[in-house]
Amino acid sequence: MLDYLVKRLVGIIPVIFAISLVVFAFVHLLPGDPARLVAGLDASPEDVAAVRSSLGLDGPLWQQYLHFVGNALQGDFGISLKTRRPVITEIGERLMPTVWLTVVAMIWATVFGLLIGVLSAVKRGRWQDYGGMIIAISGISFPSFWLGLLLINLFSVRLGWLPTGGYGTWQHFVMPAFTLGLGVAAVMARFTRSAFVEIAREDYVRTARAKGVPEKLVIWKHTLRNALVPVITMTGLQFGFLLGGSIVVETVFSWPGLGRLLVDSVSYRDYPVIQAEILLFSLEFILINLAVDVLYAFANPEIRYK
Amino acid sequence: MTAATSAPTPTPAPMVAATSDMRTPLGEFWRRFRRQKVALIAGAFLLILLGVAVFAPFVAPYDPSAPDYMAILEGPSAAHWAGTDAYGRDVFSRILFGARISLAVGFLSVSLGGLVGVSLGVISGYYGGLIDSAIMRVCDVLLAFPGILLAIGVIAILGPGIDNVIYAVAVFSVPIFARLARGSTLSLKHAVYVDAARAIGVKDRVIMLRHLLPGALPNVIVYFSMRIGTSILTAASLSFIGLGAQPPSPEWGAMLADGRAYIGVADSVTIFPGLAIFLTVLAFNLFGDGLRDALDPKLRMA
Repeated sequence: MLDYLVKRLVGIIPVIFAISLVVFAFVHLLPGDPARLVAGLDASPEDVAAVRSSLGLDGPLWQQYLHFVGNALQGDFGISLKTRRPVITEIGERLMPTVWLTVVAMIWATVFGLLIGVLSAVKRGRWQDYGGMIIAISGISFPSFWLGLLLINLFSVRLGWLPTGGYGTWQHFVMPAFTLGLGVAAVMARFTRSAFVEIAREDYVRTARAKGVPEKLVIWKHTLRNALVPVITMTGLQFGFLLGGSIVVETVFSWPGLGRLLVDSVSYRDYPVIQAEILLFSLEFILINLAVDVLYAFANPEIRYK
Repeated sequence: MTAATSAPTPTPAPMVAATSDMRTPLGEFWRRFRRQKVALIAGAFLLILLGVAVFAPFVAPYDPSAPDYMAILEGPSAAHWAGTDAYGRDVFSRILFGARISLAVGFLSVSLGGLVGVSLGVISGYYGGLIDSAIMRVCDVLLAFPGILLAIGVIAILGPGIDNVIYAVAVFSVPIFARLARGSTLSLKHAVYVDAARAIGVKDRVIMLRHLLPGALPNVIVYFSMRIGTSILTAASLSFIGLGAQPPSPEWGAMLADGRAYIGVADSVTIFPGLAIFLTVLAFNLFGDGLRDALDPKLRMA
């Protein structure tokens, strides 16, 4: 297990290197001169030159890259062009709202996805199955921003039960978390169903039934526990999907998170913030993928020795 | 099936009827696809949508950009089937014109992503070695991201706008098509007919195009349909958050972003464009499901 962990950790180093290169190159791919963007449109050429050297953009490329990595390792991503505050402060303030939203959405989506998937598989071919799968297929095709608008219209404007947006109390979480999680719940339901149906065909499940194990135990212990292995992988992959989805959902509900910050900074061409956000999102995905692989290897010994 | 029996099923496809007992791959496909009732309905819906999009100027009851300040934010009525927006523009007509944008963006972006992806995949599988590792590592990295984040990264470089959305959305179709094409190339490249082609001196380029590419096509077609649904959804999301089509455009996501300010005042502007996105994406997904089952029953999930 330790060998495997070390191997995986070493394996992500080139990926992180590649991502740092991409994020670094990003500034040079942007149209226009970043130094001029930072200095402002009416800055004199001397000012622009001064800014350029303070940003470390005046040396050869490899030197610029080292400068960038050195700063990034110290958490220094420069100053936001929009607010003129350090990027790291901007991001720090937005981190927790996004993390909480994602976690709450993930929990409800996993629980409901699993339940619907198991119900569909157990009642295969009956109305519960069709009902569950209709929800699952619709959920995948449902635009999250539309769902958000419909919910706001019903629960905030008409019924006045929930706030239209913002962050603070548990009421603020209900609609954004539901909206964000729906697609994931749908994928989980579909996936759980097929994993469950597959395991239910195994000999040991038939043996369990034959020797008179109660049906409930067959479902929850013999079948579900084994079906969970692929489902764990799926859960991890969906986490990445949620982080992407939060970009849209945060915009709908005016959620003060990283997703909305990213959208704002792209609209404003606030490139230091964009850079830091891309780096942060990428690292999150890598870490989540790593965690999933490790969990998977833990659950399935075959993987470890490949 | 003996030679005496003529076409066993009365299929409407002419190519099947003409070949009597000979089962062409296309006839076989149609025979199986016909059984997928849901996919057939989805396909019919998509055909109608395509027709509406192409003939939008003739079908739409109003000019999609003509304001009517005497009829602002009206609900659905006989005159305006889906009501009017804040400028009195007919929402139904705008949705019909919006179908042009969404279908074009979906089709073009997936075609572009598919073309690049399949080429890379076949090359990667055929040559193997360093080229293969390099291409596949890049695909792994791309696949690790959710599509919308990649798309936003591309938009950040190219700038907002519907043209750039096509490139942005195309990028995240590339790795999926590359993997599909690579997989089928790997399984076919040591087939006897490929070895034979190589032995008689057929050029690599021709082997890839004529002998390896067709093997990848069934999967590519299935994913093509499903990716169009996802791509339309992503493009609409980008427009909704203000990075895609810009306001006067009747793009569905942009219409919803516009309508957001009038939530509670008028439902039409927030309900109907969303319904259009949902039904279109759903239709592509169901159609893709049906295609998959008909083209390769082995791919079927449970």
